[in-house]
Amino acid sequence: MVLTTDKKSISIHNTEAVSIAEIPVLAYADFKAQVLTWLHFEKCHCVAYFAYPFAGGLKFIAAIADDSNAQVYLLSHEQMGTQAIELDALSASAMPMHIYEREIAENYGVVFNNHPWPKPVRFAFNRFNQEMQVNDYPFYKIESDQLHEVGVGPIHAGVIEPGHFRFLCNGETVLHLEIQLGWQHRGVEQLYLDKKTLLQRAILSENIAGDTAVGHATASALLTESLTGANTQNTMLDIERTIALEWERIAMGIFDLSNLNVGIAYQLANSVFGALRTPVINFFQSWCGNRFGKSLIRPGGTHYPLTDELVAKMVAIMDDFETRFDAMAEKTFHLPSVLNRFDGIGKVTKKQMTLIGAVGQAAKAAGLIRDTRYTHPVMAYETLKVLPEMQNSGDVLARFTLRRLEIKQSIRMIRHLLDMRQYVDQESGSPLKQSEYSMKPNAFSLALVEGWRGEICHCAITDENGNLQHYKVKDPSFHNWLALALSLRNLEISDFPINNKSYNLSYCGFDL
Amino acid sequence: MIIEEINILRQHGWQYIPDPLKAEVPAPFRGRPEIQVGMSLDIQQELFDLCPVEAIGMNPLSIDLGKCYFCGECAMAHPQAIRFTSDHRLASNVRQRLIVAAGDTRGIELDPDKIRKEITAMFGRSLKLRQISAAGENSHEAELNACGNVNFDMGRYGIEFVASPRHADGIVITGPISQNMAEATEICYEAVPDPKIVVLVGSDAISGGIFAGSGALNRSFLDKVSIDLYVPGNPPHPLTFINGILALSRSRS
Repeated sequence: MVLTTDKKSISIHNTEAVSIAEIPVLAYADFKAQVLTWLHFEKCHCVAYFAYPFAGGLKFIAAIADDSNAQVYLLSHEQMGTQAIELDALSASAMPMHIYEREIAENYGVVFNNHPWPKPVRFAFNRFNQEMQVNDYPFYKIESDQLHEVGVGPIHAGVIEPGHFRFLCNGETVLHLEIQLGWQHRGVEQLYLDKKTLLQRAILSENIAGDTAVGHATASALLTESLTGANTQNTMLDIERTIALEWERIAMGIFDLSNLNVGIAYQLANSVFGALRTPVINFFQSWCGNRFGKSLIRPGGTHYPLTDELVAKMVAIMDDFETRFDAMAEKTFHLPSVLNRFDGIGKVTKKQMTLIGAVGQAAKAAGLIRDTRYTHPVMAYETLKVLPEMQNSGDVLARFTLRRLEIKQSIRMIRHLLDMRQYVDQESGSPLKQSEYSMKPNAFSLALVEGWRGEICHCAITDENGNLQHYKVKDPSFHNWLALALSLRNLEISDFPINNKSYNLSYCGFDL
Repeated sequence: MIIEEINILRQHGWQYIPDPLKAEVPAPFRGRPEIQVGMSLDIQQELFDLCPVEAIGMNPLSIDLGKCYFCGECAMAHPQAIRFTSDHRLASNVRQRLIVAAGDTRGIELDPDKIRKEITAMFGRSLKLRQISAAGENSHEAELNACGNVNFDMGRYGIEFVASPRHADGIVITGPISQNMAEATEICYEAVPDPKIVVLVGSDAISGGIFAGSGALNRSFLDKVSIDLYVPGNPPHPLTFINGILALSRSRS
């Protein structure tokens, strides 16, 4: 932890715990000026900005990641008293802050003046305004005899999660798409405080988004380890977790490739990529008994070390997978009827992605590097020094292509990690026990993990007894849903399914 | 060139599982647990305290599969007391049958007497289902999708998920049912023509799972309908779902 020279913030690295008292408390005007200065640079983006009840008022903490030096800057402001809090919106000048401010406004009734899009986020059960229900969402409207609206959801035609999509159309052309979420809200953040045991919190993390069980469980485990000091220097555990994260990336990448081919009715690639997913997720089952990697990641260690026998199996699966994958991918990515459906469709520029604060796959497909494996590496990523796969065009084809490249890259990384593993004379260790579960008091910590969709951020604050006082979860979908909405502008409404599949964002990860 | 496609097809060969009713899932898959009798109260208490989802009961020691996440932590803490077999046949139409007590080694089955006559009469050869994700976390939905893929190929039995409740013979719920999805779930159920079935997939849907007791849930819909099938798991394996739904719709009692 380093106090910056102007004493307006401290800088930490990913998964570093600090005392809450060390985070400078600024007057709001200073806070605002400081945050806006950083966000002016492309290298900086906000990874967390939230409020929590504190001494009769609210304490607001912001974490700004600097991608050029792997540092995260922390600063805060406090608003006391029982009066309604009114603040000048940061998002009036820095758009990526819009979603954080909306969340704070929804939860605590804070009014952000000049906010460009002051709308509900997820209709959390403990929200400030209980009058407004999930069916009362204020959609953007244009009054015109020429236009019509198309509403879809919350329940969709396929076997997928619920969300409501409202299209404003001029004939077949979409002028504006607004996405309303919140249907999946289960009160996850409050449950972190209600469920007291280490195991309950680990299980909860795996069930934030079942398709990112490893990603969220790893973020939560790293956070717990930083607050308990448990087993933080274990190279073998780092390697195994990194392999699990990359394996999850392969499993979901191949799922998306299959699914995108459903969207264009290319039956062969749909079936082949779908069939290729089976050995991948079945390996998770061989490893830990669950096809999604649930129960593999635990704070402090693992119940399921990666044995030599499993490694041999993994290598055999990768060899077979690559042969079959390469043949199908080569065919698919050269088929004019496939390319014609994806090329130039649903384009979002790098500038737009930067403006909305997109992260992960969505950002990388448009040429914006937002990959914490590269910029804020922890675990084996520190030695791997991943250079993210990138695309520039920001269309469906770019996101489709990125999946292919990332699958190949993940396999290369895993092979490399398996080699590294041979030289590590260490065991990954058993999980932390409940009796050893004691967190630093009055502390703040943050963990950034690159899930397959993008940046996952978990933050925790402990009270004077070392109990959890506040827990904050952020899935990459928190930012990226807006990218899907932008993709649809001036497209035919019939192009919605392939755009939606090209992002494959999380509903439950957003709704929490 | 079509020859490339033919080569790809040849490369993959036959992907389907010949008989999903006979297929087994290899260990370390955690399926139906077996519990030893005669465990001391101390051990029972310890297991009770350990379970993250309150699935473990005492005197006799038992596991409620309708709550269980199959995390296996109890079996790791006391392997002499609890062992998870790889038996994936976990579905039943009787909630009580999901509770496995010490000494139970029989498989979990449906009670044929409790299956409504119209189910087997009308849905025995064709069953179309409308899936509702009511705060499901997407691994359950992914496994239901997998039921229809080239490996499991549930469509061979005439069982499919359809886009509209109007085309469906029943609903399949995943997730603990959030307050925000409560109304939509009910509307969707109402839109399915009679006779219709209700299937709960996953421990979240059956009991609320780790989310049980959260202020964000509204599970009152489940009090208004009768449940035809419970499919435990987190998420249930596709074979668990397929075997369960076939046992429900194909039984000839």
